[in-house]
Amino acid sequence: MRPAHLHSKATMANDPILTFDNVSFAFDDIEVLSNVSFSAQSHESICVVGPNGGGKSTLIKLALGLLQPDKGTITVLGTTPLKARTRIGYMPQFLQYDQRYPVSVLDVALMGRLGNSLFGLYSRKDKEVARHALDEMGVGDLTGRPFGALSGGQRQRVLIARALACEPELLLLDEPTANVDPAVENQLLEILHDLAATITVITVTHDLGFVSQLIDRVICVNRFVKVHPTSEVTGEVIQDIYGGDLKMVRHDHCCSARGHTHERIS
Amino acid sequence: MNEFLSTLTDPSITFLRYALIAGLLASVAFGVIGSYVVIKRITYIAGAIAHCVLGGIGAALFFSRRYDISWLTPMTGAVIAALAAALIIGLISIHAQEREDSIISALWVTGMAAGIMFMARTPGYIDPMSYLFGNILMISRQDLWTIVALDSCVVTLGILFYNKMLAVCFDEEFARLRGVNTRFYYLLLLCLTALTIVLMIRIVGIVLVIALFSLPAAVAGQYSSRLWQMMIISTLLSMFYVTAGLAVSYGPNLPSGATIVMIAGLGYLLTMTGRLLSRKQHG
Repeated sequence: MRPAHLHSKATMANDPILTFDNVSFAFDDIEVLSNVSFSAQSHESICVVGPNGGGKSTLIKLALGLLQPDKGTITVLGTTPLKARTRIGYMPQFLQYDQRYPVSVLDVALMGRLGNSLFGLYSRKDKEVARHALDEMGVGDLTGRPFGALSGGQRQRVLIARALACEPELLLLDEPTANVDPAVENQLLEILHDLAATITVITVTHDLGFVSQLIDRVICVNRFVKVHPTSEVTGEVIQDIYGGDLKMVRHDHCCSARGHTHERIS
Repeated sequence: MNEFLSTLTDPSITFLRYALIAGLLASVAFGVIGSYVVIKRITYIAGAIAHCVLGGIGAALFFSRRYDISWLTPMTGAVIAALAAALIIGLISIHAQEREDSIISALWVTGMAAGIMFMARTPGYIDPMSYLFGNILMISRQDLWTIVALDSCVVTLGILFYNKMLAVCFDEEFARLRGVNTRFYYLLLLCLTALTIVLMIRIVGIVLVIALFSLPAAVAGQYSSRLWQMMIISTLLSMFYVTAGLAVSYGPNLPSGATIVMIAGLGYLLTMTGRLLSRKQHG
């Protein structure tokens, strides 16, 4: 099942890119993650799924060192999350910002180049990288536009471009298809598919339709974590994670042009 | 208006020239730092810092007269109190889990109360009104030099860290992941805000100073798509408000600080009404 292009990921092939070892985390007294252990290899495209409130975003924030685990250790890119964080490109789930915030699309993408100098002045190379990332995401013609004037899908692409502008070894995308319509969602999925050819991408989603052929491995999170190769995601597994009434999504057959649909998790 | 111009050019009368120069210089800091304050939505924190300054002024007056400490001018007291308030509020808002606004309000009022109490206990007559609402007659040559020094310091730092400040105000979490010490920049922004407030205290006073932070930047925000545009427009607006306020108030002997703020408020009201009408027209 592994696409041939993955052989180009020569960097640290087969080294674990993200390892959780017996990690637990609680907000106040509510345990969000419980004794979580898993390991993801660098040459894989990984998808993190689970119900809302199941701890997906918490898992990502732990991996970025934005939260500290109560128990256990996390290793990212061979080191601690704090030391690894500048090598990770991150796209947050919610960006709370002011519609009138006076910032252009290029300004936002350039934020991915921050931290390279004392005063944060951008070099010619920084601007090239940022423009290239915007081009790659298909929003290269919007550089001068105010960020607040973009549509939801355009904004998601700019935020992915900002993550790419970091020139990361690992891309962490938290719900990249949230709040976009299905047509835009399919475009984004295609773009992410292309990205996975050159870089390790970990995508968080509550949408199981996302778990398609381009994903090698699925990390299912609902307080506990289970890892499966995509071929093993059967109805039983999904029921185990989500609990209860759920129709199975098959990933080993072809989909229609608009992608496949499935029942919402009730 | 003629009276304003002739006084301004009269070599023997200095206070009006000092007031105008101080106001124009301070406008640059208000344009730059005020834009950050407005986009980061911390005008409330700026308000608290401004009111705490009265405590510093009161303490400076009290200790300098009581114990004859000549270097402790009201301006020095204001700078120390403003920076202390900025750091305390900044650290509280970084570490406090909840009820941040209650703590800020508490500092706001106790700072002010301390100022009034110090002034009441200071020998000789002190008019708190001139600190609360400004008094251009009190601007000395020494004040002007302090303003020049503080202003250039604030504006230089504000412009130098433009990219980092922009990123921290836009998405603090992402900036932190890029290795930027976001807490440092947040505290730096609050300290720059504190020093900017001190610049205008002589002209518009502690209570009204917030108007010059938020109103020009709010108007400028309507016409800018980039932060640097917002800074330039609000600097120019602030310069216009100060000049117009001084000119209008001089002849009829109106309080100049209040007049400046009134004109800024009018400008804001007109802009917002204009925006509303044009939006209705376009559907």
